[in-house]
Amino acid sequence: MFRIVHTRQLSDAVFEMGVEAPAIAAKARAGQFLILRVAEGGERIPLTFSDWSAEEGWIRFIFMRVGKTTHQLSHLQVGDALTDVVGPLGVPTHTEGLGRVAVVGGGVGAAVAYPVSRAMCDVGAEVTVILGARNADLLILEDEFRALPLKELIIATDDGSAGRKDLVTAPLKELCESGAIDASMAIGPAIMMKFCAATTKSYDVPCVVSLNPIMVDGTGMCGACRVTVGGETKFGCVDGPDFDGHLVDFEELMSRQRVYTDDERLADAEYHRECSCTT
Amino acid sequence: MHDVDDTGSPVPPEKPRHKPTRIPRTAMPERGPEERARDFDEVTLGYTEEMARAEASRCLQCRNATCIDGCPVNIDIKSFIGGIIDGDYHEAVAILKERNALPSICGRVCPQEEQCEAACVLARKGEPVAIGRLERWLGDFDLACELEHRCVPEVGPDSGMRVAVIGSGPAGLACAGELRRFGHAVSVFESLHATGGVLTYGIPEFRLPKHIVQAEVGLLEEMGVEIRCDVVVGATYTIDELMTAEGYDAVFIGNGAGLPMFMGIPGENLNGVYSANEFLTRVNLMRAYEFPKADTPVWRGRKVAVVGGGNVAMDAARTAKRLGAEEVFLVYRRTEDEMPARKEEVHHAREEGVEFKMLCSPAEILGKDGFVTGLVANRMELGEPDASGRRSPVCVLGQDFTIDCDTLIMAIGTRANPLLAQTTPDLELSSRGYIMADEHGATSKRGVFAGGDIVTGSATVILAMGAGKVAARAIDRWLKPGAE
Ligand SMILES: Cc1cc2nc3c(=O)[nH]c(=O)nc-3n(C[C@H](O)[C@H](O)[C@H](O)COP(=O)(O)OP(=O)(O)OC[C@H]3O[C@@H](n4cnc5c(N)ncnc54)[C@H](O)[C@@H]3O)c2cc1C
Ligand code: FES
Repeated sequence: MFRIVHTRQLSDAVFEMGVEAPAIAAKARAGQFLILRVAEGGERIPLTFSDWSAEEGWIRFIFMRVGKTTHQLSHLQVGDALTDVVGPLGVPTHTEGLGRVAVVGGGVGAAVAYPVSRAMCDVGAEVTVILGARNADLLILEDEFRALPLKELIIATDDGSAGRKDLVTAPLKELCESGAIDASMAIGPAIMMKFCAATTKSYDVPCVVSLNPIMVDGTGMCGACRVTVGGETKFGCVDGPDFDGHLVDFEELMSRQRVYTDDERLADAEYHRECSCTT
Repeated sequence: MHDVDDTGSPVPPEKPRHKPTRIPRTAMPERGPEERARDFDEVTLGYTEEMARAEASRCLQCRNATCIDGCPVNIDIKSFIGGIIDGDYHEAVAILKERNALPSICGRVCPQEEQCEAACVLARKGEPVAIGRLERWLGDFDLACELEHRCVPEVGPDSGMRVAVIGSGPAGLACAGELRRFGHAVSVFESLHATGGVLTYGIPEFRLPKHIVQAEVGLLEEMGVEIRCDVVVGATYTIDELMTAEGYDAVFIGNGAGLPMFMGIPGENLNGVYSANEFLTRVNLMRAYEFPKADTPVWRGRKVAVVGGGNVAMDAARTAKRLGAEEVFLVYRRTEDEMPARKEEVHHAREEGVEFKMLCSPAEILGKDGFVTGLVANRMELGEPDASGRRSPVCVLGQDFTIDCDTLIMAIGTRANPLLAQTTPDLELSSRGYIMADEHGATSKRGVFAGGDIVTGSATVILAMGAGKVAARAIDRWLKPGAE
């Protein structure tokens, strides 16, 4: 069992949780993820580390309440425990020797963009962060990003309720155009990463993306997480989650993410009927 | 249930040792195909005590018991059957467990027809003694006993040494049990949330009930084995860290060959295309057949094609049937004679309505809106025998055809998972990525031993167990003071 040591609601449907897991905390690196099960009979879901402390032995992750598992998670409190937490999984994000970088975090993707940007700052990169969300309420971790020694923090919302009224690709394009960046990384919904990759490609600026395919074991045993990169099949959990965005087949990724949509709806409905909760 | 006991079950005489009755082999009751293909309960029901004694009485108790040589771990088959004949079941269990810590499992899944039973003297003229069924019956007898009456192998005096076992499949479990008998402290590290390896995530409930695997693991815990799930060695700890910071004196690697292979044909990443590992893991480990009571879903196809001819393919096909598929096709490149699956599994699959499409080789997967709709296959014929002596299939030109399906399961084998080796640079690997180990399980790295599928490639439960035991003995020698 893994004891919950921290919870915080970041927006209406987005939560941060901290769990005691010293062995994992000692090893975690930016861009890596964990797999958890809330309880017996539960699903195994992957979540990327948003923070960790090797000294204090905890790890943190941020999740959006969407299906049954994340609903259950959102109801847990400090002192409760998760049945299973495994990690750190996946290859850490490459942060060394990048020079001038733009890191784009869209929606909950900001949770991954944060430790990645921090790690890049730590090794002396010049980091510009572009945070995107539908509106100001959905913007997360702004204060944390402000505390980093960034070159610039650009905020873009769809409705202009915070920062610029733009999609994240607009400031990204400007940075490419003005020659202000040598590399970029995009973390967020598949569709956003697809457009960030397309934007940077026309300027020949490399764009690493952090993919989020469906997973089961997270160790290379099942192949649920297959993605096509440069025409080759890769396993997202062990070969990734980071890949060259210019080579990723995003259409396939998005199609594969939808495979269980009906089942998820069913599980969710069943869950709400049983616990008769409204959130 | 149809009872197929054809022995007339005469109660065997008290001591038939020297005058075995000429009775036919005792059939094992099993559930009828229509009934069983709708649920996940066990197919075969096991002997009753009467049946076990009747079958045991067929054993000639040969002076030179050839069956023992037929067993990969040389169980003293003659003596445990003798124990059943004498009605001394606890003694029989003890003899069995001397060599095989997991009899209820092996009794169900070993290919006895190629091993001990093939070597039985009775097999020359007729049907061999049903050694596997007797093993299963004894194992289950032991499991059904109250703990204090169960055969728990004696634990040796504390040696002060600690061994880390990586992987809780048959190789790791057998190694852990044996190490406790030598008095070493043992921790088993398992990356999944449940123990058992393939026994838990691969082999389906209807062939090997999971409560049996859990009971066998429980016995190991009773012997003092520490089980630590949710630890991926190579990620959470490296082997070097286990041997330094974590304080282990030796390591056994039994992490299996769990990386699924795909064919590399177009359309393989369409929705509805699974590796057998994923399909079986969703159903067995995650219990997707109980969805939405269990949280993990699985795509329930109406027309399912399974590619492959081994036990894994049979398990996937029979599982698909149980999930409600109307049609299940087994697509195999060669003919039924070349299929590596156990005869019993092939027979059961066919009884349950799995349709065999032999001499077909997948060429392309068709799809619509991201979901699989069919499989284009090449017609094959058997050509000259290859190096392994099997006749290799060759494509018959111009005879491609399409099999409609909404689910496709690739059961064409697995490879070594590189995760562990990548973080252990001084571990010597074969050209195909398997760990190199000598006949005692010693690897190129001091104090590190290995066995099971990660050394041999996909093999069998009993071979993995045997390798775990052999390595435990080598580890014991290595840990002895003054040993090198
Ligand atoms: C579907 C299926 C059906 C089969 N049917 C039969 C049959 O009827 N009869 C038969 O004899 N054989 C059968 N086999 C083969 C048999 O199951 C295997 O040969 C046997 O299980 C191998 O045992 P093992 O201990 O080497 O590995 P596994 O059983 O694969 O166990 C390895 C364990 O190590 C864990 N692991 C892997 N990497 C790590 C890591 N880095 N850190 C921690 N843990 C790790 C895995 O999660 C797993 O639990 C079947 C196999 C399959 C897949
Ligand atoms: S999640 Fe199973 S192989 Fe990647």
